[in-house]
Amino acid sequence: MKRIYAIEEACIGCHLCEVGCITEHSLTKDPVKAFLHEAERPIARCTVEELDGGVLSISTTCRHCDAPDCLQTCISGAIQKQADGRVLIDTAKCVGCWSCVMACPFGAVQRNLKKKKANKCDLCPDRDLPACVSACPNRALVFREGN
Amino acid sequence: MNYVIVGNSVAAVGAIRAIRAQDQQGTITVVSRERHTAYGRPLISYLLGGVITEKGMPYLPENFYDQQRVNLLLATEVASVDTVAKRVLFTTGESLPYDKLLLATGGDPFLPPIEGMADRDRVYTFTTWDDAAKLKAVSADIQRAVVIGGGLIGLKAAEGLNLLNKSVTVIELADRVLSSAFDRPAGKIVARKMRANGIDVITEDTVVRIEGEGATITGVTLKSGDFIPCDTVVVAIGVRPAAGFLKGSGVEVNRGIVVDDRMQSSVPDIFAAGDVAEARDFFSDQKNPMPIWPDAYIQGDIAGTAMAGAEKGYEGGLAMNSIEFFKVSTISMGVTNPRDPVEYDILTFLDSDNYQYRKIVLDKAGHLVGAVLVGNVDRAGIFAGLIRNRVEVTPFREQLLTPEFGFIHLPPAIRKERFGQRGYSWPQPCFDGNGGGH
Repeated sequence: MKRIYAIEEACIGCHLCEVGCITEHSLTKDPVKAFLHEAERPIARCTVEELDGGVLSISTTCRHCDAPDCLQTCISGAIQKQADGRVLIDTAKCVGCWSCVMACPFGAVQRNLKKKKANKCDLCPDRDLPACVSACPNRALVFREGN
Repeated sequence: MNYVIVGNSVAAVGAIRAIRAQDQQGTITVVSRERHTAYGRPLISYLLGGVITEKGMPYLPENFYDQQRVNLLLATEVASVDTVAKRVLFTTGESLPYDKLLLATGGDPFLPPIEGMADRDRVYTFTTWDDAAKLKAVSADIQRAVVIGGGLIGLKAAEGLNLLNKSVTVIELADRVLSSAFDRPAGKIVARKMRANGIDVITEDTVVRIEGEGATITGVTLKSGDFIPCDTVVVAIGVRPAAGFLKGSGVEVNRGIVVDDRMQSSVPDIFAAGDVAEARDFFSDQKNPMPIWPDAYIQGDIAGTAMAGAEKGYEGGLAMNSIEFFKVSTISMGVTNPRDPVEYDILTFLDSDNYQYRKIVLDKAGHLVGAVLVGNVDRAGIFAGLIRNRVEVTPFREQLLTPEFGFIHLPPAIRKERFGQRGYSWPQPCFDGNGGGH
């Protein structure tokens, strides 16, 4: 399946992947409205990590594992692997126990504390190219076939 | 191939998926003493407290058993296993033949002999959907409840009852709650949060007698002599592997069903997984029961794979719990409370007022072996990964306690391996079909 890969050397630490992700998962899909006017701003599903004020940075996100630790540890069955390989959370079933947060070795499941639901990458089902990849100004994120 | 699985929780589900990944043709029969299809067992406290409804209980998509072509025998209890004739015998007298058998029967709640218990109506255990439903059904009549046991199950039961506005007292024999999964400061923080929400937590004491008239409970008398008035008692002292039906079968049962790294028991073609199994520990080569949800899935997966003739390695059971009490998140994993602390390098951060605590345990070789996180538990799984991969963490030891700790503090090779694509590096040609950027 196609996955998102990070190229650390190309990352400039701009966080636009996070902006793209938040925008895509907002109600309006408009960055200004999503950030300023929507009642509940989504939480980014990718996480940019930085060191030394941005000298080193990388955008980390879900690997959509073949044997996902998050799925194995999910107590409600909210996390399921789809036929196309995507690992998705059914937020209606999620009870916010954070077992997936405990298990994911990639640190790729976030806690949405307001909604008390786990939050993770869905590879942007409404798009050809995930929003984070599109948003990256230096192609530090790529979307390619891989393991 | 004729597969029979006894038990229908997460270990069974892991096994069903694993068998079907190898064998599309074989017959799979699941036998369960419960009347429900697989459900999120840890959700029973959410159900009791009214956080979710019965609709939220099923663990699997509705079509799962059909899709995986599984015959379900619900509300059917296994009485014994004839390992020579290779048959599972039910309490009804009927029986079922197997080629490969998986025992994933889970645990039975342990009921200590407490004086006055046998005669009373409102004494409950709390490990099944039906347990929660029974408790919920009488909840309108409950004024005051006593929960015996301050472990994960007891505290979650107490929280559920508290959410129903019941007055609840937890009685714990140890000097703190959550003594098996968490350490002292974490237990203290949780106890304080419970008390702040109106739950009375009594430690270093135990119930010696359940008092009452006829079937009605009036209270409990503690070892200290104290009397706690109540009308309902929940016994949550712990669970025992549900392996009683194996007596005389020849299958080796120690504390649980003893299994090898393929989850096979001492008798060929009989496998065990989940809370009933006693498999190898991650840190030592000793075997012990590991009654936690994710390990049950993993063991089921390994067992199913082996039953279908393939092989998947077992890295050993790693204790791991994530649980919330009144919105305080707690996660513990691995060695959290070493018996011999001088043998370890232990880092801690404590901010009790804000319910924040972090403890990181390294062994003398500089490997991460355990972690406790209370409050901010974000990205706790990074620690789980470091433990599993036995990564040496001394080079970034100082960063481990900071909430910002992440992959950026790890050697670049680990980041590349985790998030990069092998053989693909920067700079890239512009015609890579990526379509992004610029």
